[in-house]
Amino acid sequence: MNTSLSWIKAYVPDLDVTAQEYTDAMTLSGSKVEGFVSLDADLDKIVIGQITKIEKHPDADKLIVCQVDVGTGENIQIVTGASNVKENDKVPVVLDGGRVAGGHDGKKTPGGIKIKKGKLRGVPSNGMMCSIEELGSDREMYPEAPQEGIYIFEEDAVVGESAVKALGLDDVVFEYEITSNRVDCFGVLGLAREAAATFRKEFKPPVVTVTGNTEDVNDYVKIRVEDTELCPRYCARVVKNIKIAPSPKWMQRRLASQGIRPINNIVDITNYVMEEYGQPMHAYDLDTIAGREIVVRRAGKDEKFVTLDGQERLMDDSILMICDGEKAVGIAGIMGGENSMITDSVQTMLFEAACFDGTNIRLSSKKIGLRTDASGKFEKGLDPNNAIDAINRACQLIEELGAGEVVGGVVDVYGRVKEGRRIPFDPHKVNQLLGTEIEKETMLGYFKMIDLDYDSEKGEVIVPSWRQDLECLADLAEEAARFYGYDNIPASLPKGEATTGKLSFKLRIEEVARETAEFCGFSQGMTYSFESPKVFDKLLIPEDSELRKTVVISNPLGEDFSIMRTISLNGMLTSLSTNFNRRNKNVRLYELGNIYLPKQVPVTELPEERMQFTLGMYGEGDFYTMKGVVEEFFEKAGLQEKTSYDPNAEKPFLHPGRQANIIYHDQVVGYLGEIHPQTADNYSIKERVYVAVIDMPKITEFASFDRKYQGIARFPAVSRDLSMVIPKHILAGEVEKVFDARGGQYLESYELFDIYEGTQIQSGYKSLAYSLTFRAKDKTLEEADYAPAMDKIIKALEGMGIELRK
Amino acid sequence: MKEKLEQIKAEAIREIQNSDGLAKLNDVRVAFLGKKGELTAVLKSMKDVLPEERPVVGQLVNETRQSIERLIEQTKTKLEAAERDLKLKQEVIDVTLPAKKNRVGHRHPNTIALEEVERIFVGMGYEVVEGPEVEYDYYNFEALNIPANHPAKDEQDTFYINDKIVLRTQTSPVQVREMEKGKLPIRMIAPGRVFRSDEVDATHSPSFHQIEGLVVDKDITFADLKGTLAEFAKELFGEDTKVKFRPHHFPFTEPSAEVDVTCFKCKGKGCRFCKGAGWIEILGCGMVHPRVLKMSGIDPEEYSGFAFGVGLERIALLKYEIDDMRLLYENDHRFLKQF
Repeated sequence: MNTSLSWIKAYVPDLDVTAQEYTDAMTLSGSKVEGFVSLDADLDKIVIGQITKIEKHPDADKLIVCQVDVGTGENIQIVTGASNVKENDKVPVVLDGGRVAGGHDGKKTPGGIKIKKGKLRGVPSNGMMCSIEELGSDREMYPEAPQEGIYIFEEDAVVGESAVKALGLDDVVFEYEITSNRVDCFGVLGLAREAAATFRKEFKPPVVTVTGNTEDVNDYVKIRVEDTELCPRYCARVVKNIKIAPSPKWMQRRLASQGIRPINNIVDITNYVMEEYGQPMHAYDLDTIAGREIVVRRAGKDEKFVTLDGQERLMDDSILMICDGEKAVGIAGIMGGENSMITDSVQTMLFEAACFDGTNIRLSSKKIGLRTDASGKFEKGLDPNNAIDAINRACQLIEELGAGEVVGGVVDVYGRVKEGRRIPFDPHKVNQLLGTEIEKETMLGYFKMIDLDYDSEKGEVIVPSWRQDLECLADLAEEAARFYGYDNIPASLPKGEATTGKLSFKLRIEEVARETAEFCGFSQGMTYSFESPKVFDKLLIPEDSELRKTVVISNPLGEDFSIMRTISLNGMLTSLSTNFNRRNKNVRLYELGNIYLPKQVPVTELPEERMQFTLGMYGEGDFYTMKGVVEEFFEKAGLQEKTSYDPNAEKPFLHPGRQANIIYHDQVVGYLGEIHPQTADNYSIKERVYVAVIDMPKITEFASFDRKYQGIARFPAVSRDLSMVIPKHILAGEVEKVFDARGGQYLESYELFDIYEGTQIQSGYKSLAYSLTFRAKDKTLEEADYAPAMDKIIKALEGMGIELRK
Repeated sequence: MKEKLEQIKAEAIREIQNSDGLAKLNDVRVAFLGKKGELTAVLKSMKDVLPEERPVVGQLVNETRQSIERLIEQTKTKLEAAERDLKLKQEVIDVTLPAKKNRVGHRHPNTIALEEVERIFVGMGYEVVEGPEVEYDYYNFEALNIPANHPAKDEQDTFYINDKIVLRTQTSPVQVREMEKGKLPIRMIAPGRVFRSDEVDATHSPSFHQIEGLVVDKDITFADLKGTLAEFAKELFGEDTKVKFRPHHFPFTEPSAEVDVTCFKCKGKGCRFCKGAGWIEILGCGMVHPRVLKMSGIDPEEYSGFAFGVGLERIALLKYEIDDMRLLYENDHRFLKQF
């Protein structure tokens, strides 16, 4: 929404503020001004001049030399290339040292262009005559300006006066951000009311007098509203003997300030009142209305209709149509029909000012893909009481401007009259909510400024029907607050019962995950929750996998963002790929983000959201580096049992020989491995990639911040080495299981210190060497204490076909 | 005898003084004080001394021994210090050679910003809670006073799963879930992912984060909201930060406000960063709408509350002067390692 300052001042005559003051104050009282444009910011020293004499340039065929009276008593000489001027024309003249906004071509120069005295082909020129483009505007807004050349004023323009003022360019246009609840502020009058209240000035709306001849409109047209839900009010008036002509300059200028192109008196009046009152209206050529009857009804199924922009559109039975005795003539509230539009030859016109159901207009406009100025206003839900004022205002203007003869009377189909709401008013409660001590009378004073009356007998505030947003006491509190000034409300902190600030256990464990990952060199990434269903193919996930059952977005931004992820790897691999392709070396990333597992397909209840801790890396490091990160995290999260790894994870996207499920407390809590070269290829990563995915809900279940001091061993340890040759297929983990099971009470720890596969031992075998540490808490160990355990271990290993080396 | 001792002593002193290293000094020690040393030899010859002179001679021998020992000890300390000095001189390194870093990873700027916000509010007694990202339409809209067909539903460009389930467009539904639990008073913040169908560009992302705040108690006022958020802004952006509350509209709060803070680059003078305004909009807030309280089972006659919502990315972009939102989701290591 835009308004010019001059249009606001038309209703608040005492308003005397700078553009910046207006901007600041209006914003603080709730009508946010996003910015403003001073139309004359780059215009300087431009007056109305009259050409007294034109001569040919002695040395240039295309130039003329003009003597121009600029009201100083002395003519100035200006050389111009424009061909549209003649003697006695009144034109805008930039004097020496003045500025214009841009060039002939309409291109604006920031800061403007300075005009100086000079010579053109040897002839002195002491200023410049301007086109409308040079003044920073265009022919759209000033249709009377010539196609090409200098702007020429009407004869009554006063020589020597400011041309900027005469053109209405001494104005400021404000751009507002109006919130959807303030329907009334989508009209200039609504904003002017706010401005008057903000600056404590008198608000003077136009005085509408109901005009019309002695005829009766009911003799011209019949109106029947079939669907009063979708059309609570329909007002119609008739104008005859229409004289199409340009509208007056003042009206054109105001429309121009809103960015509306002036067309002719009838169209301009319609637009003017729409902007002024926020009430869209429509004009039909009454001679095209069959049976001189208007019926407001829903469209038939698959009804086709050609709108006045010449396009055929498909309707359905939820769309409200304006029809005549035979056919549809307009889509209610959105656009009129080609068949009934006003042409220059119109004789008699039907004026419509109606109120339509906002939601229906919004949905219809969406459905047919047509959004207009009118529908944009209707969909906010207009005040039906405004319609009658608007149509009378339009008819008043038609008479005032001599655009036609208004037929007496109004057809007004208005079923349930909308009354102003009444809200019980309790100033104490308002103060209690705001934390203020505003006097009751002060509040009522604020209310009065915006036309909220007070019924002192009942203690109720009476809300005008245009303020449909005011429903309860909290709404009145806001009205009081914004005119009292949000700035003037004190600042305090909540009192009352103290509460404990804290993070949930889940969030604390996530913090541990972040810390561990970062200590291990992983940086945190974030990726989208939705992705493409093609992801499953990239990850080589089989067609029948449960992972392919997803939560599907019904209106996605595109297929690439259409399903909620059921696996967290795609985001990670995509990020690693981005890094790889940008030649970043040794990249380690982690992410904490949800996957979304539907409980059923199609989804009927909320999916399960599971936080995944995903790690990925390429460059330095290998499988065991990643495994180390997993175990560091488990330790920090207080997982005290031993973690084991099952190589049969069966993840298709991982290297078949380099993957494992992570097992804790007999449960799979995640997996890790090297990315399958095919998958790496699918993500264009030409290095080995290692990933780990940890299911955080499982970890949270086992995690703990409890720690118990175990005592530091005071007695010496005994260390025994075990060197063995074992068949390749036996995993180190199986050997370690033997240590765990048979190590006895004194086995404190064991450590793999050598592993060898190669020519020194027979093929199919590998050699492992462990150092086992025994220790007692209460004594120095004798050989007899740990020898039986060693024997048991050795026996068990031998039973597995493992050869112990001495 | 006495002369002999004097002579030994003088000789020892000379030898000690001539020692140019610890090894040499040790040789001297052995030569004079060792088992076969000269002084020991003197002691051994004590038997030749008259019994009545023995105590005198014995004392003399001891004194000589002690003075030699003392001198050796002193010289040893001196020589050791000299040797250490020499060693230290030889160990000089080039301290300007590159550091060996333990390549620690970096936290996402969103998270850093979030942790700052959490720290501030946890300090004020707020609990950090979470809610589902895929949410019922009821919690995302209806319970927040945004009924079916409300234009606000269009404004928020919602992603739908079906007509009952949406990707939450705001973290506000967590308010409702928290209020429904019925445990009062409430002081909470709820950070999390939200979704709106905006095409990706420098200032938009279909997925971003918000932090919702909610306080419900007896006698909570708009003044409390102002004080709380002023405190928050100062903590987050610096002690000299000023806040401005502008009236605004949200369906679930009344009165509502948008909050601007003084631009932390120019301190409110107006610069390119704040587009000359001197102020930067950071959040929306208001008093919880009585209808929202009622729908969540709280009596608005007895309780009141305030709520606010902050865009996390907005804070991160502003605070770290990141000029393109897409950087936050690309995870380029060269970007991440700056935080």
